[in-house]
Amino acid sequence: MKSQIGRSVLRKDAPDKVHGRVRYTDDLRLPGMLYAALLTSTVAHANITQIDIEAALELQGVQGVFTGKDFPLLVGLYLGDKPALARNKVRYYGEPVAAVVADDERTALEAVRLISVHYEELPLIRSPREALQQDAPLIHPDMADYVHIPAILPEPGSNVGHRTRVRKGDAAAAFAQADVTIEGQYEFPPGDHVAMEPRVAIAEIRSDGQVIIRSSTQSPYGVRAIMSRCLKIPTGKITVIAGPVGGGFGGKAGIQLEPLAYLLSRSLGGQPVRLANTREQDMVTSPGAPGLQSRVRLAARSDGAITAAEIEFLFDSGGYADYAVNVARAAGYACTGPYNIPNVSSDSLSVYTNHPFATAYRGFGHIEMSYCIERSIDLLAEKLQMDPVELRARNVIRAGHATPTNDVLDDNTGDLETCLRRAAAAIEWHKGSRRQINEHTVRAKGVSCYWKAPAIPTFTDAAATVSFNEDASVNVVTGAVEIGQGIFTGIAQLAAERLGIDTEQVHVVDEVITDRSPHDWTTAASRTLFMVGRAVLSAIDDAVAQIKRTAAAPLRCPEEDLEVRGGRVYIRDVPAHGLALEQVVLGYTYPNGNAIGGPIIGRGKYIARHLSGIDPKTGEGRPGLEWTLGAEGVEVEVDLRDGRYRVLRSACSMDVGTVINPQLARGQVVGAMAMGIGYTTREAFMFDSRERVLNQRLRDFKILRYGEHPEYIVDFVETPQRDGPYNARGLGEQGIVGMPGALASAFSRAVGVQLLRLPITPEYLWRQTHSAGGRSAG
Amino acid sequence: MKRYQGLCEIGLTINGRARRVTLRPADTLLRTLRDTLGLVGTKMGCENGDCGACTVLLDGLPVKSCITLTLDAEGREVTTIEGLRDSVIQQAFVEAYGFQCGFCTPGVILNAYALLNHDNNPSAETMRSWMESNLCRCTGYEPIENAIKLAASKLR
Ligand code: FES
Ligand code: FES
Repeated sequence: MKSQIGRSVLRKDAPDKVHGRVRYTDDLRLPGMLYAALLTSTVAHANITQIDIEAALELQGVQGVFTGKDFPLLVGLYLGDKPALARNKVRYYGEPVAAVVADDERTALEAVRLISVHYEELPLIRSPREALQQDAPLIHPDMADYVHIPAILPEPGSNVGHRTRVRKGDAAAAFAQADVTIEGQYEFPPGDHVAMEPRVAIAEIRSDGQVIIRSSTQSPYGVRAIMSRCLKIPTGKITVIAGPVGGGFGGKAGIQLEPLAYLLSRSLGGQPVRLANTREQDMVTSPGAPGLQSRVRLAARSDGAITAAEIEFLFDSGGYADYAVNVARAAGYACTGPYNIPNVSSDSLSVYTNHPFATAYRGFGHIEMSYCIERSIDLLAEKLQMDPVELRARNVIRAGHATPTNDVLDDNTGDLETCLRRAAAAIEWHKGSRRQINEHTVRAKGVSCYWKAPAIPTFTDAAATVSFNEDASVNVVTGAVEIGQGIFTGIAQLAAERLGIDTEQVHVVDEVITDRSPHDWTTAASRTLFMVGRAVLSAIDDAVAQIKRTAAAPLRCPEEDLEVRGGRVYIRDVPAHGLALEQVVLGYTYPNGNAIGGPIIGRGKYIARHLSGIDPKTGEGRPGLEWTLGAEGVEVEVDLRDGRYRVLRSACSMDVGTVINPQLARGQVVGAMAMGIGYTTREAFMFDSRERVLNQRLRDFKILRYGEHPEYIVDFVETPQRDGPYNARGLGEQGIVGMPGALASAFSRAVGVQLLRLPITPEYLWRQTHSAGGRSAG
Repeated sequence: MKRYQGLCEIGLTINGRARRVTLRPADTLLRTLRDTLGLVGTKMGCENGDCGACTVLLDGLPVKSCITLTLDAEGREVTTIEGLRDSVIQQAFVEAYGFQCGFCTPGVILNAYALLNHDNNPSAETMRSWMESNLCRCTGYEPIENAIKLAASKLR
């Protein structure tokens, strides 16, 4: 049997996906299902003075109309700050204010238009810096009363939802002795995930009180836990069902539409209620990607060694905290990027504003952090007149170095310098980083390094069970959700490898049902293949031990002498002497009819190793399980006359430990780079003077289109992650992390101005080119 | 010109089969397919004509079913993803890993299928002008491009 590791096995979900036979949550039609629709706020910050619902209630087919008054409770992932429907006050444009439930969706939408709301507008907070001013209005005056987990540190009486402090070495002293220092201030507005499937949840309550939630969620167990905590339902009385998800990118982690769907169902006797976002609601009513304002100072010796960093990240969490508080925390503990900087002083804050609220977004704090750090390193390279690749190589983090939280990296650490050299080579950095093509066209290159560790609780877990069919094929059940990454194929490869069988012989159950599937933290943070993979391997090992126990008697030998491979259990030194697994996995039957053993069920589990909380004053601790390191390089072509451009090449070199499935791995990296191009060049909300979103449709919120994609060059380095499954580490998000830095570097080089904002649109480029200090066209 | 009012019953040809549906004149083809006929392989991504997830074929040419009235499909051949079985283009998407989450995939495949029927050796420019109407958030488009080229090479 050939090894299953390192093979591009075809995706298990391919036949259904290409035939339109996958059933996403929105494809389900339950008997008696009612349809909900939301009325959302038309203003960004206001007191609600009156809501008239009578006309809506009178419409035929309407079963109920609900407002914040009906549901006096707060829900929140880490910090309980959010009502299911706005109560007394709205905090962002698009916030749900009322919900209608009707016999069909059309009626529900029609009824929504019959509700009228009166607002009394309040002063607005337009940015994190404004929110931190002395006299800024408080978006959450009741913050002191909010329930929160211990790792999150809200600052009542201010607009700060959380602050992560990192103090390592003596940054002030290092700055005092520095040969050179630079400072950069960066900023970008919030945006959105734009998963192609809008979020949807269907809730019902059975007669015995069992709450059934079907949801397009990355986090079925998280939904269960948070619903239990915030809605006071025992966990055992909640079942969350998560089938395949039409794209997540962080936007379907945590808690989304589920609590409101449940409350609506509860108000209507437990009948199934479907709450589905329109695209517009998916973009602004549900959470998106955080915006940022930041300041980075670096100190260095004249030889390029960076000696200190002073960093301030102000994440724009919008009206509610959601995941943004943890995003700020992740950016805080990863604050220097993958560089060995001995002295660090960093404050990373999650700050409330009157923008749509923010949640996890692919890269989780690292993409935002990376942009600011990579730009700063380019500023430093310019000041030192050093090659940006060499300056980075001079400072890359390696095994034995301490992270900003003073966690010393072990030998499992990837080889960043090799990644950097290979990414630079892929875009032919050595042939020059800027070239004039003709009078008005320039080609320019940029590079970046990145790192990312999963931002997970210290007790993050995974589990798996393995059972067998009569034909000895294997059923694997885990709590992992398929969100596009191809996890079931990866899992099948690991299981098949361990048993020495073909991946075809492994069936992975593709729906998570929280009271049937074993517990799993969340499908997020690029940790699924690592952790669920470990659990699956341990479940297989457990099953193998049981197979040997059953087979030892009929094979008349000690269990230790047995080997299980290729669909057989046999005596290691007499391989011909053995049994087919078909004869063993459901119990062995002797020729006279006597039977022993019984069905084999393997159990496996994994829990993160040696993670700790971080010290609130210094950040000391071990928050990152495994760091995936890598580098990216891009080449762009800019027309200096009007700022139009194309991204020509995009290269990524990543140290992934082991490549389990080359095509799936490449797919993750290419997809992440594409998302990174969109993030850098166009994806951002635009606001009017009253902080209302102007582009909440895909017509004017642009994402990358077919034909705009560059040539992708993907390369993997394999420094083993020895505690990973077959030495593999996570790779799902990392490809996005370095893109803003690399692209901004290339565009800056093209126009001869250091660009410090996102998105880098043609108009922004044009303005920079034609402002003082820019290279003039031609 | 025919006038429609209130509820009406019309005949449609979907994936080669005759279907009768009762609808309101304002119903879109997307709603009829998904909600009335249970053909949920056609996806709703925006209901605004912007994303292409709802793409189906009308007489072999791609349309966005979310902005097409069902009435306009009367007397024409409607093809949805359920109407393609093990076609060359579908097999190519399997082999070229032309999808991840799969949500855009029915629309992408139908559009590509129509493209290749129209031109089995499309230039990059032709591919772009057809395919740029379908957004995909997962793949970065390279695998989609590869799948179409693979299918084209098999069809030639
Ligand atoms: S759903 Fe029709 S174009 Fe998006
Ligand atoms: S495969 Fe997910 S949107 Fe295209």
